[in-house]
Amino acid sequence: MFSLKVNGKKYNVDASTETPLMWILREQLGFTGVKYGCGIGECGSCTVLIDGEATRSCTIDAGSVKGSEILTIEGMPEDHPLKQAWIAEQVPQCGYCQPGMILQAADFLTRDPNASDEEMAEAMDDVVCRCGTHPRVMKAMKKAANQMKAKGGAA
Amino acid sequence: MKKEMTRRTFIKSTGLMIAACAAPGGLVNVSLGLAGNAATFKPHAFLEIAADDTITVWVGQTELGQGTHTGIAMILADELGADWNHVQVKQALAGKPFSDPLWNMQFTGGSTSLRHRWDLFRNVAASAREMLIEAAAREWGAKAVECRAENSKVVHPDGRSMRFGQLCQKASALPVPQEPPLKDPKDYRIIGSKKARLDIPDKVAGRTKFGIDFTVPNMIIAAVARPPAYAARPLFVDKKAARAVPGVLAVVPLGDKVAVCAKTTYAALQGRDALDIKWSGGTHPDLNDENLDKWYDEFLAKTGAIAEAKGDAKKALSQAAKTLEARYKFPYIAHATLEPMNCTAHVEKDRVRIWAPTQGQTNTLMTAAKITGLPPDKIEVMTTYCGGGFGRRNEVSVVIDAVSLSMQMKRPVKVVWTREDDFKHDFYRPASVSHIQAGLDSSGNLIAWIHKLATPSIMSRVFPDFLKDGVDGTSVEGINNMDYELSNRLVECVNVDLPIPVGFWRSVGNTFNPFAVETFMDELAAAAGKDPVDFRMSMLPKGSRPFRTLQLLAEKSGWGGAVPAGRGRGIALRTCFGSTAGHVAEVSVNQKTGGVTVHKVICAVDCGPAVYPDAINAQMEGGAVMALSAAFYERIRFANGGVKTANFDEYPVLTMTQVPEIEVHIARSRHKIGGIGELGIPTVAPAVANAIANAVGVRLRGLPIDRKQLKKA
Repeated sequence: MFSLKVNGKKYNVDASTETPLMWILREQLGFTGVKYGCGIGECGSCTVLIDGEATRSCTIDAGSVKGSEILTIEGMPEDHPLKQAWIAEQVPQCGYCQPGMILQAADFLTRDPNASDEEMAEAMDDVVCRCGTHPRVMKAMKKAANQMKAKGGAA
Repeated sequence: MKKEMTRRTFIKSTGLMIAACAAPGGLVNVSLGLAGNAATFKPHAFLEIAADDTITVWVGQTELGQGTHTGIAMILADELGADWNHVQVKQALAGKPFSDPLWNMQFTGGSTSLRHRWDLFRNVAASAREMLIEAAAREWGAKAVECRAENSKVVHPDGRSMRFGQLCQKASALPVPQEPPLKDPKDYRIIGSKKARLDIPDKVAGRTKFGIDFTVPNMIIAAVARPPAYAARPLFVDKKAARAVPGVLAVVPLGDKVAVCAKTTYAALQGRDALDIKWSGGTHPDLNDENLDKWYDEFLAKTGAIAEAKGDAKKALSQAAKTLEARYKFPYIAHATLEPMNCTAHVEKDRVRIWAPTQGQTNTLMTAAKITGLPPDKIEVMTTYCGGGFGRRNEVSVVIDAVSLSMQMKRPVKVVWTREDDFKHDFYRPASVSHIQAGLDSSGNLIAWIHKLATPSIMSRVFPDFLKDGVDGTSVEGINNMDYELSNRLVECVNVDLPIPVGFWRSVGNTFNPFAVETFMDELAAAAGKDPVDFRMSMLPKGSRPFRTLQLLAEKSGWGGAVPAGRGRGIALRTCFGSTAGHVAEVSVNQKTGGVTVHKVICAVDCGPAVYPDAINAQMEGGAVMALSAAFYERIRFANGGVKTANFDEYPVLTMTQVPEIEVHIARSRHKIGGIGELGIPTVAPAVANAIANAVGVRLRGLPIDRKQLKKA
């Protein structure tokens, strides 16, 4: 038994500490916005923020993030510039990769809302989307970046 | 194929059907039954209007991300005269009223959701509208023809109005009009407008439940060990270590597979990894990449079935002033839907419930009926949201596993495939080899086309009734029905008989045949000394859909104008799934590395009435990305009698930094409604290959693009 802090709330977890964080979040705690896509950290669907850093939850042990702040898509405020831009630009198709996309973008733009288009694309280059929402992801990121810039990076 | 239903027969057969197949409460509802509120007006299984004015559109089609749920609702809402803000969409349990009127089965694929139901949806909504108007007119003692429906109200000529909700009960008592008048397209308010997709807010919030997220009380999870080689069987299974994994409940034989049932997915996966299985070698232990190449060549040398013999192509070729020939090769590729295959099933004594991210509801239902022996009306299939489809989810292998295991375990079972299962046990886009010979006359006109190909048949396994004279239409599509008018064409197809299963992959045979046809067409144009657009135009009926689409594409891409220095430009065109689409690509090639940069892709598409323009744009954008991914990277590798490719590290797909600018132009069209989902694929790769040839003079003879060929020694 150990505890995890997810989306600002503490949860007791009954599993071995070596269990990949993704399965704990999905099946024990019910955060199904964390998606299983490949299990080897290649596709990015399972991305969560660990103390603000985009991390692939399928390849880290749940026990290794005991003291950290874990943020899943469910914990990101609905009025976050990225979530709003995603809706405004009608980004998702099937939607399966989108939580990972949004959280990857959140990590990057929080650190660097002034990034160039090329830097944004580079930051998103390892997240797989099979539907091909890429052009709209870029549009939504630029839109959100403008707002996050106005707020001084924090969102 | 069934004949298209007439408007008259549709009302008779389905017009009065109540939504018995629709589960109120949407996806999470596990009970079958009618909505309890007698005040609702349900003129058809598709449509329900409540006293509070809420309009519920029940859909049978699968939302794969193509936006079809919103598109369907837009058609019904517009024809009904509804206030869009009061419209909601709910997924119905599988049922007869949701069958494709042409194909007589419930299936989301082939870009058919709207084009096969365009008349049906409009007629259903128009009938409901006329009934609501009639109800209001009687209330007022007015003539129905003088009243109209708009914004969910029926309006009297003097300005009075009644809300749809107020009219529900009265309208329900009226007869269904047999031939309701349909709206004039100039009066459309919702069709063709910019609407936000109804499923997007939940997807952005992370609230959407996909099949893999689905849970039901008392459910267990199963992971299945599958044969590593085709037709291999487990010779010896040691279950001990698997059983010792905490959370594992049972290890169950499942035909040629072994299932591990557990309390959690992770325990099931660990249990499966702990299994010690010795497998037989299978029927084709020598199956590997090298041998596959050899076998395909051998198949191509065999005599095939004649798919088309128009004119006398051999004679015309022998009389040609100039002849060209080329050979093309395409690999097996995977769907790689981001949500791996999964299915939840609960088999009880006289009831089966299935929750599946499926494109094939009828297929799923009939599969469960066959396994359990229960009649179809005892089987409920609830379609969940799907993390990608692309044709993969018409297959029912995961349904078979889930239903069989639930029968054995006597409780609900969710079967979850891993990514490795998914890559190794896909129903792949068929590989193929093509050999083309063509002839030009002395004026540079194309007079002969002889095309022989070898490829495995999809239809002979999936829908054998669709085979015609031994030819699978999907094997030769894009060749025998190419857009160009030719007097002499011979098409011969050898069926490749190998154990590698093949299935529908977004646009099917159009993923490869148009590549061969459209790149060879450019070579012929060059040999004829003609511009690629002019050469194609001369073979298209003037004013036809492809003719006008090519015109639009040429105009929008600035065809004939200067290409930026160091770049090449290429074009390709294809009519399929009831629509025409074409692409122009602009590329540059680094001949030191063989690397290609695709700078821009311009698309023109004519799908007839453009119901939901933003979804069309999204499909064409996404299609271009997927097609570029296949063009540059995708290939399944084989070894030791089975599939070698296991995960995304061995199957890279196109990612953000490689995605070009994509521009989409939707034709204003007077043509019949056509499909969209498939149309983004077929002409992207050939346009890119033609652009590469334009840039550096190298003609590519297959996919994925071979960078070595583009390197200057």
